[in-house]
Amino acid sequence: MSEHNEIDRVSGRSTTGHEWDGIKELNTPLPRWWVLTFYATIIWAIGYWVVYPAWPLVSGYTTGLFQYSTRASVVTDLADLEKLRGEKMAVLGSASLADIEKDPALLALARARGKTVFADNCAPCHGSGGAGAKGFPNLNDDDWLWGGSLDQIMQTIQFGARSGHAKTHEGQMLAFGRDGVLKKDEIVTVANYVRSLSGLPTAPKFDASAGKKIFTENCTSCHGDNGKGNQELGAPNLTDKIWLYGSDEETLVETITNGRAGVMPAWVGRLDPVTVKALAVYVHSLGGGK
Amino acid sequence: MNKPVSPDELITDEDGPLYAPRKKVYPQSVSGRFRSIKWRLMAVCLGIYYLLPFVRWNRGLGAPDQAVLIDFPDRRFYFFFIELWPQEVYYFTGLLVLAALTLFLMNALGGRIWCGYLCPQTVWTDLFYAVERLVEGDRRAQMKADSGPMTARRAGRRVLKHAIWLMIAWWTGGAWVLYFDDAPTLVRDLATFQAPAVAYAWIAILTASTYLLAGYMREQVCVYMCPWPRIQAALTDEWALNVTYKYDRGEPRCSVKKAFDIRSLGEKAGDCIDCNQCVAVCPTGIDIRDGAQLGCIQCGLCIDACDAVMTKVSRKTGLIGYDNDINVQRRITGKEEIFKPVRARTVVYAGLITLVCALMLYALMSRTLLDVNVLHDRNPIAVRLSDGAIRNGYTLRFLNKRGFDRVIAIDVDGPADAKLHVVGADSVTPDRPMIVLARDTTTEMRVLVTAPFDEKAEKSVPVTFRVTDIGLGEVASATDHFVLP
Repeated sequence: MSEHNEIDRVSGRSTTGHEWDGIKELNTPLPRWWVLTFYATIIWAIGYWVVYPAWPLVSGYTTGLFQYSTRASVVTDLADLEKLRGEKMAVLGSASLADIEKDPALLALARARGKTVFADNCAPCHGSGGAGAKGFPNLNDDDWLWGGSLDQIMQTIQFGARSGHAKTHEGQMLAFGRDGVLKKDEIVTVANYVRSLSGLPTAPKFDASAGKKIFTENCTSCHGDNGKGNQELGAPNLTDKIWLYGSDEETLVETITNGRAGVMPAWVGRLDPVTVKALAVYVHSLGGGK
Repeated sequence: MNKPVSPDELITDEDGPLYAPRKKVYPQSVSGRFRSIKWRLMAVCLGIYYLLPFVRWNRGLGAPDQAVLIDFPDRRFYFFFIELWPQEVYYFTGLLVLAALTLFLMNALGGRIWCGYLCPQTVWTDLFYAVERLVEGDRRAQMKADSGPMTARRAGRRVLKHAIWLMIAWWTGGAWVLYFDDAPTLVRDLATFQAPAVAYAWIAILTASTYLLAGYMREQVCVYMCPWPRIQAALTDEWALNVTYKYDRGEPRCSVKKAFDIRSLGEKAGDCIDCNQCVAVCPTGIDIRDGAQLGCIQCGLCIDACDAVMTKVSRKTGLIGYDNDINVQRRITGKEEIFKPVRARTVVYAGLITLVCALMLYALMSRTLLDVNVLHDRNPIAVRLSDGAIRNGYTLRFLNKRGFDRVIAIDVDGPADAKLHVVGADSVTPDRPMIVLARDTTTEMRVLVTAPFDEKAEKSVPVTFRVTDIGLGEVASATDHFVLP
């Protein structure tokens, strides 16, 4: 910066004294309005300190003139959203389940609401898309333990299965082995008989007539004479291709020996009635609804 | 021209100024060929801008009948026969590419044609200058008034000028908002104070920006704010025609009388009589005789001014004209002038413009007004039913870009004996579900495809959803996969 007032010979103008590889920078002053605009932006920034929350203090911060807070505005937005939602949900509440399914707009609304609620409450057991898992039914298929109509689905969501609620679905698979009702070889025989009901291959030395006899004496009261199940009792259909716990001999032996009694919690009281309704429509629309 | 300064001319300037004070420009009125071109272009540009929102275009019942409309709430853009959806924003990208290439081509042919004749900054500034001259008088009168004391008469004129300026600015802002809503309705609402606050706010913003930019900032926008002069300088080449002072003919400058004396001695005298008319009419306040420069918007007004003077002194016109340095040098060395409008640069630009136009046109012509997108269920990816059949779930999204409702039928091609079910749509034809698509909107539907289980079938087979408009026969399709569990 030694030759600060050096004059460039070509342009006749002063240089800034900066030089790079022999190239010197001309002093080209900004127009006055530009400089003033620059100062104005600085003043504007100071305005922000006053109007908006800005400076941290020992405990807390400067809140600004209008007490603006992003958190408060989120709370307001959420309240507005709830209000808007409430209006829409009221329509859902007054329509019947069947009417909701018939009206595309209501169906879309119920499905949207149901999907969110399902993800929050049901997905831990039934999976995010209702695909289920071992012991937790797949809600997409057409096989229903407690019935797949809209009303039946809603009933199950409200009161659950073996949930302890007064109106819950009762009925369970007894522990035929553990309780000493059937002996080990009888259990293997009847397990093979059950496999044969849905056309699955059986063990080589399987005695079909013995199996049928054991089945008739012990199982038909719940699963029906031909093993088609009973939705009143939550007894699954044993003749179809869908198995809640598995269809291999070992799993069946385990099921018959120790019984099964999976629990579905009751949601009445935890979810409001309109939400339960939306959930029922959503589950029904997954594809398996009757 | 920039010439080296001799050492004794060097000014020593202590620290240099921090900022440069503004020199006010008083462009003198001028008439001639380029001035009349500019008047006409101004009329066309402003006419289009102010009147276009009122042009009607029938699109059928329920659709807006405004020829050019940007409908933000419904996310639609209407331009005469074209209606664009937000996902078709690439048409605007194409338009911008086209605009850039056209700018480049203009630049390669005739310099800053955009700056000088068409840029909104130039058009409105030109209009504001005209108003200023009309009210406060021409260059000399204004300069005299500005250096003298403020009189009541002068103050009155000044108030009148600003009132007219604000009127034009307000009209400009008003026209702007008309592009975003039904213009006649909005005009009525604005007049009766029923229009939304945002409309008034935008009118205020654009009134302020027009008034400031055209009334005050003027040439400062071109010199300090606008990037185009910088880009233009980098894009230009030696063949591009620019508004040029032909110094081969003009130098050395001398008065008519002196030139006569010099020429009678058989020596060379320039045609430039140094009358400074080219400087007086310049809207950016530069001297074109200093050569091509950033501040020159190449509006051609100095050509008109010079031609008028040359005619008066009975010399050939065109001392300033569209020319380039190559020809100046060629004339100095006694060679023929050459112009090369057709050269690699212009041919490539023109070719690219044609290509982009063709692509856009093709995209526009082959644009479908019925479309379907498919999304396969993620969880579960496939479902086994109690009878062993396999079912896959999909979400179909239909786009009906027509202005009326229509009935479509959905067919599915994929696994053998596949059955299609649309959730929530009880179709009278279960084998070929039909649904109604509302006008100008998208519809989302969940569909289920069920196929009997076949052990030998592939784990994944393509499945195609074909959508047919029953009335018009328009077809669209989307392909995904049908998978086994």
